[in-house]
Amino acid sequence: MKKPEITESLLAPGHKACAGCGEALAARIIMDAAGPDIIVTAATGCLEVFSTLYPQSAWKMPWIHSLFENSSAVAAGIEVALKALGRENEAKVIAQGGDGATADIGVGCLSGMFERGHDVLYICYDNEAYMNTGIQRSGLTPFEASTTTSPSGEISWGNKTDKKPMPEIAAAHKIPYVATATVGYIKDLEKKVKKALSIKGPKYLQVHCPCPLGWAHDPSLTIKVAKMAVQTGLIPIFEMENGKITSVRKIAKKRPVEEYLKLQARFRHLFKKIGGEEEIKRIQQIADNNIKKYGLM
Amino acid sequence: MKKIIEGSMAVAEAIRVCRPHVISAYPITPQTHIVENLSQFVADGKLKSEFVNVESEFGAASVVLGASATGARTFSCTTSQGLLLMLEVLYNIAGLRFPVVIVVANRAVSAPINIWCDHQDAVTARDTGWIQLWAEDNQEVYDMCLQAYRIGENPEVSLPVMVNFDGFILTHAFEPVDLIEQKDADEFLPPYKPVQYLTPKNPLTFGLLVDPEYYTETRYRLQKAMEDSKKVIEDVAFEFKKKFGRYSGGLVEKYRLDDAETAVISMGSVTGTIKDVVDNFRDEGKNVGALKIRTLRPFPKEAIYSALKDVKNIIVMEKSISLGLEGVLSTEIKGCFYGKENQPKISGFIVGLGGRDISKDSVRKTILKAEKELVEAEFVDLKYELIGGKLL
Repeated sequence: MKKPEITESLLAPGHKACAGCGEALAARIIMDAAGPDIIVTAATGCLEVFSTLYPQSAWKMPWIHSLFENSSAVAAGIEVALKALGRENEAKVIAQGGDGATADIGVGCLSGMFERGHDVLYICYDNEAYMNTGIQRSGLTPFEASTTTSPSGEISWGNKTDKKPMPEIAAAHKIPYVATATVGYIKDLEKKVKKALSIKGPKYLQVHCPCPLGWAHDPSLTIKVAKMAVQTGLIPIFEMENGKITSVRKIAKKRPVEEYLKLQARFRHLFKKIGGEEEIKRIQQIADNNIKKYGLM
Repeated sequence: MKKIIEGSMAVAEAIRVCRPHVISAYPITPQTHIVENLSQFVADGKLKSEFVNVESEFGAASVVLGASATGARTFSCTTSQGLLLMLEVLYNIAGLRFPVVIVVANRAVSAPINIWCDHQDAVTARDTGWIQLWAEDNQEVYDMCLQAYRIGENPEVSLPVMVNFDGFILTHAFEPVDLIEQKDADEFLPPYKPVQYLTPKNPLTFGLLVDPEYYTETRYRLQKAMEDSKKVIEDVAFEFKKKFGRYSGGLVEKYRLDDAETAVISMGSVTGTIKDVVDNFRDEGKNVGALKIRTLRPFPKEAIYSALKDVKNIIVMEKSISLGLEGVLSTEIKGCFYGKENQPKISGFIVGLGGRDISKDSVRKTILKAEKELVEAEFVDLKYELIGGKLL
């Protein structure tokens, strides 16, 4: 009897991710698009924790987790070692990290990896906060999301800053390929992984991954939330090759940001507190700016 | 072949014949000449290594970690702040059991910033799970580099090794060093054959999350591997001696300890000065000897006890301190005699911090003082005029 197809995935089922986890879905899609001849690194975070509780591992490819901030540097070491050992055709190297590991604590190592031109695909799973430690804000937490360290309160609307422009920061290193993707559009994600791996040099792929726990939305709505983020313009989906935008995912029917925000309790305060309407307008402005900047419509 | 070369060049020459696949380092005084020499070897095609210039020592340690995980022989070197910046990765490399070798050009730590020699950097890293070898001179550091790979890459050991030698005092000193030919080095140090490494041919997961059910046993295994490595460290030193005629590794070096009543314990280049003072005392008919610690981790407590069990006075002279207690080595030497009969008097002196010279006269006075009384954590050659005129 043929085994059910799911068990043939390079990220095995049975791991301990939450129901509706966008990151787990993204990781499975990415690994299956990339594998099996890959060597993968991971930063400390949800992905590493839910998939490798000893003595079990969900990863069916060679995989290593070292620390929070060095996934890219470890991957660089793997890449040069393969070269030095004459094994460079054995595997492609993929580094993974969450938004905090990528944009905050690991940004130094990541910049080094880009600058030195290592042939590594870096995946940033962007679920917009430190979910593994209990939903603290990161450099990729969006404007006015309430997290446990940027809570809304009597005199606070939540996170005071907007997302750090990591794709642009990556592109500023003059690397050949930068792209954003989302679990909302899986075919697009698969395509970008395959394309990235066909290009030599450092690649950066930032994948928007809803987190039902941290964003406080129903686990059944992960894909809907992810799609809505794109359709509002809050999460632009694009490719940058050698520093220039070469493709964008167009928005067929623009949705107002309220429709996205109201699905998630991390934005609940915007609908409850007096003055929230004004704040939502500011978020709409971010979406509109994205639409203009990236030519999403 | 003997050549008069700088200590940093001695390390670079040693690493060249060890043929590391991957070198990654970040420049920091007084380590720089080592990486400059290695870079030049690579640039001239004399060393076939991937040399990765990184953005920090943290990155350097992470790059060699990844390379070692892939089955490569790796090298890095640093000092002081750089070693401290590596610290998180050092623990990780040891826990993952990768036989990375790094050389540390020992230097004081900040603040106040000071680029000269003491041992606070590596002594601070003593609990990381790295084997620590300490060299007295440039021949020793040269020999220890070759031995370091043999020790760490032994599958029974599988531990990273840190080779320490004094910043400036040795890194920038020109001494005759007997260099080993590539062919002989290759015979002593065959290619690294990792038991487990990252490859799609045998996809393994490294660095898993380990809960309370399993974590203790990983630390137990590390501790056991450290303990068991003592024999390997000695075996490798004997094998090196058989091939090259020098016993320049191992756990400790005894100097004129037969019938000694007083013994001075030290690590690194200060041992040379101490040996001179010992010779002077011997000429005067005084029974003084010295013991050099070559391996700080694993700590050779049996070898130390056996070398010093008949000594009445032990004087520890060290270039680091566990602030709020005393010199680290002092505490550890005392531990060697716990529960034994005929306990010696053990005095501790802090010397040579931040590169301050230690004269033979100071060593001599220190020994004479400790023979009369028990001294704890005394700072030698303290300038009273800088601390208000008297001891605080």
